[in-house]
Amino acid sequence: MHVGLTQVLILSALLFCIGLYGILVKRNLFAILMCIEIMLNAVNINFAAFNYFLPMPDLSGQVMMIFSITVAAAEVAVGLAIIFKIYHDFKTVNIDKINNMKG
Amino acid sequence: MELFALNHAWLIPLVPAAAFIIIGLFFKEFHQLSAGIAVLAGTFSFIMSAAVVMAVLDAGISVEMPFIQKIQWIKIAGMHFSMGVMIDPLSAMMLVVVSLVALLVEIYSIGYMKGDKGYGRFFAYISLFSASMLGLNIAVNFLQMYVFWELVGLCSYLLIGFYYYRISAREAAKKAFITTRIGDFGLLIGILSLQMVFGTVDFMELRHILPVYIAANGTGLLTIIGILLFIGPIGKSGQFPLHVWLPDAMEGPAPVSALIHAATMVVAGVYLVARSYFLFAQLPELLHLIAWLGAFTAFFAASIAITQREIKRILAYSTISQLGYMMMALGVGSLTASMFHLLTHAFFKSLLFLGAGAVMHAINEEADIFKMGGLRKKMPLVFVTMTIGVLAISGLPPFAGFFSKDEILAAAAAVSMPLYIIGTITAFMTAFYMARLLFVVFWGKEQHGHVHKTSYFMQIPLAVLSILAAFAGAAGYVGGFGDWVRFGEAMPEHMNIGLAGISTALSVAAIALAWHIYVSKKYLSDIIAQKMGFIYTVSFNKYYIDEFYAILCRIFIDGIGKIMYFIDLYIIDGIVNTMAALTVYCSRIFSKLQTGQIQTYVAIFFCGVIILLVYTIVFFTKINELAAGGGF
Amino acid sequence: MADTMASIIFYILAIIIVVAAWGIIYCKNLVHSALSMTLCFIAIAGLYALMQADFLAAVQIMIYAGTVVILIALGIMMTRRISMDRTNMPERRYMIWTALITGGLFTCLGIIFIEYPLASVNVKPEGNTVDAIAQLLLGKYMLSFEIAAVLLLAAMIGAVVLAKGADE
Repeated sequence: MHVGLTQVLILSALLFCIGLYGILVKRNLFAILMCIEIMLNAVNINFAAFNYFLPMPDLSGQVMMIFSITVAAAEVAVGLAIIFKIYHDFKTVNIDKINNMKG
Repeated sequence: MELFALNHAWLIPLVPAAAFIIIGLFFKEFHQLSAGIAVLAGTFSFIMSAAVVMAVLDAGISVEMPFIQKIQWIKIAGMHFSMGVMIDPLSAMMLVVVSLVALLVEIYSIGYMKGDKGYGRFFAYISLFSASMLGLNIAVNFLQMYVFWELVGLCSYLLIGFYYYRISAREAAKKAFITTRIGDFGLLIGILSLQMVFGTVDFMELRHILPVYIAANGTGLLTIIGILLFIGPIGKSGQFPLHVWLPDAMEGPAPVSALIHAATMVVAGVYLVARSYFLFAQLPELLHLIAWLGAFTAFFAASIAITQREIKRILAYSTISQLGYMMMALGVGSLTASMFHLLTHAFFKSLLFLGAGAVMHAINEEADIFKMGGLRKKMPLVFVTMTIGVLAISGLPPFAGFFSKDEILAAAAAVSMPLYIIGTITAFMTAFYMARLLFVVFWGKEQHGHVHKTSYFMQIPLAVLSILAAFAGAAGYVGGFGDWVRFGEAMPEHMNIGLAGISTALSVAAIALAWHIYVSKKYLSDIIAQKMGFIYTVSFNKYYIDEFYAILCRIFIDGIGKIMYFIDLYIIDGIVNTMAALTVYCSRIFSKLQTGQIQTYVAIFFCGVIILLVYTIVFFTKINELAAGGGF
Repeated sequence: MADTMASIIFYILAIIIVVAAWGIIYCKNLVHSALSMTLCFIAIAGLYALMQADFLAAVQIMIYAGTVVILIALGIMMTRRISMDRTNMPERRYMIWTALITGGLFTCLGIIFIEYPLASVNVKPEGNTVDAIAQLLLGKYMLSFEIAAVLLLAAMIGAVVLAKGADE
């Protein structure tokens, strides 16, 4: 079957939904962080696909990916630091046990 | 210099305002420094005002051709309001009177307020007051005037309640503020109606629009606006029935009474009517009302003053009475006479108040005149200056009051005989009660062994004011005051010898009567009081006006209060409580959603995303169908 | 991706990506999940290379497959327990609802992508993309580039403060 933009977009949508499923189902903070990374990658695939398939004069899409990756890297760093802090304070990384904000 | 003074007339109110800010912010605790700043600012204002008067005399500025300087102030919804300076003979005269009396009172206060905790505060307030009053004088439109009108009201409130640790002072301050507020409310509605009817509140513009409007529409609506405007002066200038605050306002320090409640602020009402005389002059019925109200107030207040015992209260009722005179003069169409009396009254009444303050200061703040007595020898300067003041207010030639009061009576006689008779009787009573005050305080048995010395700061203003009280009237009469401050054509200065003779004779008779009763004790005052029983009691209790208001308050306010209480308790509170209960109930439901689980939030978020996506799909499908089916 | 070869490679990569992503969720052991994620990232890098984003493919391998995975693995190690078994259990209570939501989302997206396809035309020249990206980054996107640098610095400081604990 001929591969076009639609196929790549469906792949990224599938990846995104898998990541979302993981976030909603998993209880371990590290697993959730990994799933967030998966979702971010799904978005990046979209950038690459649009840049590749749509009539664009330059590589702005790829530059956007670089920024996206930058933000993702920062997010991982801060996210891990927060997880360490939570682990330090609560002695667990299971977020079911961390519900201090319960109304 | 003169052009400079005119172009910089806006500095006249601004410099005392700056003094207020400087003293209020930085030097409240530095007593001498704060007094120095206030006096310096007052001196500046006075010199500038004097220069402005010179400029007005020289530069040919007349009532018809004022000097105006304006800047835009507010611009909303097509309405423009400016703020600025309007110099004509009327405002120039007021400027010099206000700044001079303010300066003298400030100098006097250096001595009078010595040792008071609120020394700096006092001078800050006085500076604010002079700034506001001077700003009121040079207002170019009703709105600017109203702003400063409220500001002087505020200063009056602050200064009446200056000894705020005394309950009576607090109550008096509240009473003054609330009573004048009733008047101010009428004034505000009047100003708003002017804006609605004419689209402007500027004095000069109104002056030009008004004749055209009256020719087209008559005076029906204008009379209502005039009455509303006049309610303001009724409150501010202590006309019947809103005069009740003025006697109580004597709770403030004596210099305050002299400056605010005798010389300047209370005449703001008279000044407002004079300033908008182009409006009032078109409304003969309203003028009639003003004349009669003024005459009644004059007579009524004088009849109360006869029986009062507290020195400052007597002077307060005398002030109300004199303000009534001024209103009467305006009502009978003589703006010149009214303003002339305003000028002379400012001098002799502030002199009397300052003298009274000096007397009370000397004998430990004793206010009852029957507990003073025999101070003639102990306080010679105060005695001499007070005597001049009393003679001036009694209208004896050649003192100031003679000329101005005579002009008013002549103007009244020209219009209506009953008004003239009331005015003359009032003049007789005025002379009587002022002589009574003078004789009781300075003659009779000495009751105080030791008398505090009056400081030089207090003596100098007294001397200056007594000179003014003695000669200002004659100077104005000779110098052609009427050519200068006038409305319409200048009236020729004429002294009605017959009327002047009658009033002089009556004043002399009144003083002689007072001498017989209070000095030589030929007739004993107690026996007279007993014989006049009923009238004496009524007068002594100020016609029970305060009691009447109290009953009125109880009936109306308590009645309305009960209804309002019911409405508040069951309707408004009911609504509010229901709302509160509803909020609590709803938040209890919604707080269940707040599980503290991030995943729940994410799930809800994506549910929303799905709903939006479904909507988009359905929407686009519909559009496509329509486009395909040629629906557009 | 006109030719059949590229299509075949795409489908193979797509299968690897999906299976590896699913593996992250399916594995009961966190370390296995992390390994599965590495595989997923490498496959995505292949996808980039297929779409003529060779520089991005390199970046993907370096940052994601390299740094991010190592960071996460390190984090897992630092908070580890004696056995890594059963550290990554899915919560059965939420499974049905979650499946409904994600399934719905995927259905919607799929409908949109299939019903309203965008024109796929490839006009990009073959060849090195690094020059073009460098031109853009230091030209048109200069300001964003600088801000990204500041963001990274802030994230670094924030991570240090958070992990070390400012109150200690």
